[in-house]
Amino acid sequence: MDAMPAPVRHADPMVPRPFRITRVIREIDGVFTWRLAAVDGAPFDFRPGQFNMVTQFGVGEIPVSISGDCRRPETLVHTIRAVGPVTEAMQGLRAGAIVGIRGPFGRPWPIDAAIGSDVIFVTSTIGLAPLRPLILEVLHRRQDFGKVVICYGTRGIHDIMFEEDLHAWRARFDTNVHLTVHSAPSGYRGRVGGVAAAIHAARIDGPATVAFVCRSEALTRQAVNTLGERGVTPDRVWVTLERNMKCGIGLCGHCQFGPSFMCKDGPVYRFDEIEALYSVREF
Amino acid sequence: MVNIVGLEDTLAAHPFAADMDPDVLRTIAGCCSNAIYHPGDYLFREGEPADAFFLIRHGQVALEIHVPQGAPIVVETLEDGEIFGWSWMLAPYTWSNDARANDQVRVLKLDATCLRRKMEADRALGYELYRRFLPVMAQRLASSRMRIVELATEPRPIRARPKG
Ligand SMILES: Cc1cc2nc3c(=O)[nH]c(=O)nc-3n(C[C@H](O)[C@H](O)[C@H](O)COP(=O)(O)OP(=O)(O)OC[C@H]3O[C@@H](n4cnc5c(N)ncnc54)[C@H](O)[C@@H]3O)c2cc1C
Ligand code: FES
Repeated sequence: MDAMPAPVRHADPMVPRPFRITRVIREIDGVFTWRLAAVDGAPFDFRPGQFNMVTQFGVGEIPVSISGDCRRPETLVHTIRAVGPVTEAMQGLRAGAIVGIRGPFGRPWPIDAAIGSDVIFVTSTIGLAPLRPLILEVLHRRQDFGKVVICYGTRGIHDIMFEEDLHAWRARFDTNVHLTVHSAPSGYRGRVGGVAAAIHAARIDGPATVAFVCRSEALTRQAVNTLGERGVTPDRVWVTLERNMKCGIGLCGHCQFGPSFMCKDGPVYRFDEIEALYSVREF
Repeated sequence: MVNIVGLEDTLAAHPFAADMDPDVLRTIAGCCSNAIYHPGDYLFREGEPADAFFLIRHGQVALEIHVPQGAPIVVETLEDGEIFGWSWMLAPYTWSNDARANDQVRVLKLDATCLRRKMEADRALGYELYRRFLPVMAQRLASSRMRIVELATEPRPIRARPKG
């Protein structure tokens, strides 16, 4: 097996390292990808599913998943959707700007749990960003897995992110991509409908499948239920949770629920470990 | 002449008819025909009499909503093994949307007038058909509700302001 580089923890996890934005890619309206390089030139090792605390100096700091390839530690990649003050300010930054990075933090996707199994990725809109490093890694180690299926949903045909990747994955003989949109202009030849329909259409052997789900929390349970109808039990489904975070290292309690700190015990969880939370109102 | 035996086999092979009682299958096959549509063909249009329902054998069908003064919007696509069209079950028996073939589409088309007549005479047949239709309708309704949740909870990205 061809190992990923092991993440190295840098001196003080509360001190941001300066990174330079080397390229800004507009994914869709209001969503952009940064390619970054450490100002000190040191590589940035991480595992798929981990996140960084990203600072725009003088504006604020937010958690952002890493969306790049863990085998290319010389380039850090973040994909950000502008939704509020910090992310909107970040949208205004251009190549050459310096931002602060603390991380990598959090429990990664447990890729080894899927070795020998079929793998299904279920995601929508910006959820593809945190899954992308895992998809790249699974495809890098393609021979370790059975079927690989990607179910991805977006609002409309102009909201499809990472379109180049989706085309490339679709072109592979060993990967099935089910792309679905909520609505489309007449004449559109792709699938229109919810992500559940894409899961139903996927050719998987449920009991032999491991699922990685990255959707908003309102929709995670639906995805898990639909996977259940296909025979994928909750102990084989991995999901992410997103909560407000401050320190990112289990000190401040901002992200705490019960005994768990999402910044270090999450953001990736096995669904059956946190299933009970989904029945707690206003959790 | 309609080849009832061939149609019965084709119908039996469709997921809608899985484990169907052979008598019921024969009765339904008597209202059934094969149909082929080419890309762009309408299977039905909004407002027309709902005189059939469809079991897709091969191909993709787009359900479209006509928008006044705008291009139609595709709200759902359906594929091999799926069924569609329930306006034939509910008065006033008119289609509430358009259905269009996205590629070469082969369907089993069930004549609604024929079926309604047989269901009136044979309530067990009606029960059997409703029993098969309802879960599909419920699943589509649940899925539409989740799509509303998704559209309502997903933040709309803020567009970049033009520089200058
Ligand atoms: C572990 C983790 C990983 C993340 N990865 C990414 C990523 O890869 N890309 C990215 O764009 N964002 C990601 N986020 C979300 C990102 O941190 C927030 O969008 C950001 O903090 C918003 O800051 P703001 O000041 O711009 O807006 P705020 O004023 O904080 O929020 C603006 C609006 O967006 C909503 N919002 C904020 N955060 C979220 C969220 N996580 N999900 C849904 N709605 C939210 C708020 O409810 C509010 O209505 C991640 C969050 C976590 C916890
Ligand atoms: S963010 Fe501070 S404890 Fe998790």
